[in-house]
Amino acid sequence: MSGSGFQGKNSIPHLTNERLLIKGGRVVNDDQSFYADVYIEDGLIKQVGENLVVPGGVKVIEANGRMVIPGGIDVNTCLMKPFLGTQPVDDFLQGTKAAIAGGTTMIIDHVTPQPEDSLLEAFERWQEAADKKACCDYSLHVDIPQWNESVKYELELLVQEKGVNSFQVYMAYKDVYQMTDSQLYEAFSFLKQLGAVVLVHAENGDLIAQEQRKILGMGITGPEGHPLSRPEELEAEAVFRAITLGNRVNCPVYITKVMSKSAADTITQARRKGSVVFGEPITASLATDGSHYWSKNWAKAAAYVTSPPLSPDPTTPDHLHTLLACGDLQVVGSSHCAYSTSQKAVGKDDFTLIPEGTNGVEERMSFVWDKAVAMGKMDENQFVAVTSTNAAKIFNLYPRKGRIAVGSDADIVIWDPDSVKTITAKLQQSASEYNIFEGLECRGAPAMVLSQGRVVYEDGNLQTQQGTGRFIPRKPFPDYAYQRVKFRNQVKCVDFQNGVTRGIYDGPVYDVIPTPKYITPAPSAKTSPTSHQPPPIRNLHQSNFSLSGAQIDDNVPRRSGHRIVAPPGGRSNITSLG
Amino acid sequence: LPTTVYRGKRDFDRLLIKGGRIVNDDQSFHADIYMEDGLIKQIGDNLIVPGGVKTIEANGKMVIPGGIDIHTHFQMPYRGTTTVDDFNQGSKAALAGGTTMIVDHVIPEPGTSLMEAYDQWRQWADEKTCCDYSLHVDITHWNDSVKQEVDNLIKEKGVNSFHVYMAYKDYYQMSNSELYEVFTFLAERGGIAQVHAENGEIIAEEQARMLQMGITGPEGHVLSRPEELEAEAVFRAITIASQTNCPLYVTRVMSKSAADIISQARKKGNVVFGEPITASLGTDGTHYWSKNWAKAASFVTSPPLSPDPTTPDYLNTLLSSGDLSVTGSAHCTFSVAQKAIGKDDFTQIPEGVNGVEERMALIWDKAVTTGKMDENMFVAVTSTNAAKILNLYPRKGRIAVGSDADLVIWDTDSIRTITAKTHNSAAEYNVFEGMELRGAPLVVICQGKIVLEDGNLHATSGVGRFIPCSPFPDFAYKRVKARKQLAVLRAVPRGMYDGPVSEFSMSRGGTPSASARTSPTKQPVRNLHQSGFSLAGPPTPDDVPIRPAGRRIVVPPGGRSNITSLS
Repeated sequence: MSGSGFQGKNSIPHLTNERLLIKGGRVVNDDQSFYADVYIEDGLIKQVGENLVVPGGVKVIEANGRMVIPGGIDVNTCLMKPFLGTQPVDDFLQGTKAAIAGGTTMIIDHVTPQPEDSLLEAFERWQEAADKKACCDYSLHVDIPQWNESVKYELELLVQEKGVNSFQVYMAYKDVYQMTDSQLYEAFSFLKQLGAVVLVHAENGDLIAQEQRKILGMGITGPEGHPLSRPEELEAEAVFRAITLGNRVNCPVYITKVMSKSAADTITQARRKGSVVFGEPITASLATDGSHYWSKNWAKAAAYVTSPPLSPDPTTPDHLHTLLACGDLQVVGSSHCAYSTSQKAVGKDDFTLIPEGTNGVEERMSFVWDKAVAMGKMDENQFVAVTSTNAAKIFNLYPRKGRIAVGSDADIVIWDPDSVKTITAKLQQSASEYNIFEGLECRGAPAMVLSQGRVVYEDGNLQTQQGTGRFIPRKPFPDYAYQRVKFRNQVKCVDFQNGVTRGIYDGPVYDVIPTPKYITPAPSAKTSPTSHQPPPIRNLHQSNFSLSGAQIDDNVPRRSGHRIVAPPGGRSNITSLG
Repeated sequence: LPTTVYRGKRDFDRLLIKGGRIVNDDQSFHADIYMEDGLIKQIGDNLIVPGGVKTIEANGKMVIPGGIDIHTHFQMPYRGTTTVDDFNQGSKAALAGGTTMIVDHVIPEPGTSLMEAYDQWRQWADEKTCCDYSLHVDITHWNDSVKQEVDNLIKEKGVNSFHVYMAYKDYYQMSNSELYEVFTFLAERGGIAQVHAENGEIIAEEQARMLQMGITGPEGHVLSRPEELEAEAVFRAITIASQTNCPLYVTRVMSKSAADIISQARKKGNVVFGEPITASLGTDGTHYWSKNWAKAASFVTSPPLSPDPTTPDYLNTLLSSGDLSVTGSAHCTFSVAQKAIGKDDFTQIPEGVNGVEERMALIWDKAVTTGKMDENMFVAVTSTNAAKILNLYPRKGRIAVGSDADLVIWDTDSIRTITAKTHNSAAEYNVFEGMELRGAPLVVICQGKIVLEDGNLHATSGVGRFIPCSPFPDFAYKRVKARKQLAVLRAVPRGMYDGPVSEFSMSRGGTPSASARTSPTKQPVRNLHQSGFSLAGPPTPDDVPIRPAGRRIVVPPGGRSNITSLS
């Protein structure tokens, strides 16, 4: 049988009963590298070690000392994201083929319901499509297009019965998906109770709307209007706000699509202060920059349109790689969402109508290798961490995914660090006409890819089979994100128990007109301060305050440092460990 | 001398200060000062002055420009009551502390006319103020008529600074879009955008949570307004200001995190000014946990004092290094009975602390005597910088020929203990109670008259003049103007895109109908050779030189983000 956790379905033929032995490879996990053979049966890793005893007739793959790494996990794809009624050109079939060709053996796609749609129905629609077409295992994030009571019920169902543990909220797209701070607070609070990871699209939608109007008003309608109306400061601002909300609610926050230095720096600083926040740069932000928005070729410029936009600062990719290497950013996605030129051309006269999305699912791993490992920024173990293991941990797939170990799924890549290729739309798997990495040379590529224990890519040839991808359900409360949160919860609860117990204030009280606060008091109501006279019978000796400067707790020594460092419920201290 | 002085018919003293050390924000030097008609007429040694001039012997003591308290709330109406310090009481307290000018906030009720509120404040202040004053106007709602009023206030009424709120949800609070519009408008007209920076939405949620947990005392105030929410709002305000290229002024910097955000932004080149207040420079938020309700309530102000006891020291350091620019007091005093409106619900406690009298002495004690700050910087943060932001420099904030004769002989050694028993405010509590402060004014001269001497205050109600502020203060706007010229955005000249266009259902913002999954219809007659793009992978020839070179990228057409991040 294929792997455990195989959910309910389905009619796909058995492909996973192959027995395979990878001999002579160097197994690279996120924590260590070692030489060992890997024996695979029924889509699972059964043995790891030297001189394995395996049944006869097993197909043997000679790794010849090459790296054997866990298959990549692309945490951000949008293979079915509708735009004004049209679908991206890469569907689950095309998209997963591209993923596998790049060494990625699992994708997590975004379910993107429209406001008013049922989340559950959208989820089922996505699952149905993916079950039919996906060539590798997949899981689903669900985007929350708006916040209301019925959404809550569906979220609960999705977490408890459907195996979804991550939901995306939007701080941009005013009047469509954008949530107010209050709604975000409620959403964070609710998702935290469910043990889900909150994904945030972080851009200030209000300001973007203003800037877009301004830019269009100046007669700028081309793709360069896109980055001009979405400067990176707006991304950093939203990241900062999302982290603040996360701290308040004590909820893990995951920033999707980190596109700029300032946004990445904001995440870095917050992590230094103890916030539970994760950052996801994508292939595009790691490999190219926003200067192309100024291309004279409209179609080319439009191909780069995604949100947040690529930063025009050419030092951005390098900076993001550095942060990825040191652990300040944790995972790499692709946010692969490919639209054809004719689809992009919907916005030919108005950049705000250009469908947003870039390619990157196929190029993801190679670029991290080329720009981080080959440059000496990152070691091979960290490479595995950011392309696979961390994703598995954050989304509670570990160690089934993201690790080469006995019992894990046999999603394995034999990596060739020396292969050099030039990226071009002619040779890509994606169906889109443009590749935003066109012409870039890239070192490092998969030599062989195993998905579910089956060879699906070998020496440039894809042997994928449509519909073999399984939906991998994920449980809530991933340790990687929630362990700290749980402890902080406990600390907080204890602290709040000791609120200040005081005698009841029995001094004079000024009479106010009984208008509820925040309602404009009638201007005529300028009353004379009648209640300045103390109430007739009041025994000052029983009162614990006095009107004179001397105060009842004057003799109480000033609160000592320790009380102050952790004031009752001083939550800010919990999250600022520094 | 007449006891009541009427405007326009003033009988000014002639005064000579001999043997003082003049301390301005840029230098200190020994010189005599001769004043006449409320102005400084001569500075130097061996001045030739008319006979019969009253002479004050400074004996080598410091002579500094009178303090400017850029943030007060005197005689502020609150739900049918008024703060206990009116313009008379408040400005007396100011003079007693060495402050010779105050800038009060006009707070119109949301929905009411800014101009009427301004006139009302003018009337109150003209009647009672004992020192010169100016006014900030708070913008509590935003629409076209408010815009018109703001315009008039700038052009005709001598107001150049307007305050907006990011807190007080459903009341004063403005949305990001409104802030953007306000800032854009102020940037055009040369106004300074002041913000009350706290995230009101999250505060509302947190307040509800605290009350639900049964926390109703003053400690709930600080628990529901953690400093992160202040820092968040400061960050957002700076972002919006930077987008709109508008100078930003953050009122009441109360926490380390908020101050850090300002200092980081300044390092990136943002035009932003931070104003810590007497309370945040002198005390902390631990008192919210006092067992004495009335005492705890007297500390209630927003943003709240931080419970972190290292905050005052930190803010004094940033003030010394120039990362924070000016100091106010946000003096807004309520009696215990008034504070007790919120005895069962901290959200109802009227917000405000004292500080107008203690401001200068406190900064001297905490920053200058500790060696953080020199006397010139002291003058800058207590007086000169405020005058520059308000566009009153060098009339105020400097001892120079032609400047107003508002000055203070400062006694660096005098030690006083702050107590509500002896302060000039009418409030029963003083948040600095028991604090020993070194440094105090010995003589205060306001409009060329001695108002404080030998510990006696001779303030006269109603002599304070309204000092009009003009727009586009250089201190804030010089840089803004230069950036405006750089920030011209240009479109890329391209041929018309004439390729195929997908059909789409034009319901942006709504739900695109699911049935509209169209096939991309190709236009029937299309000549690919005339098209500027090709479907094939390799870039079109005209594409090649366009991949921008490094130089091109560093200053992309209109790349605004680079202009404001000078790094």
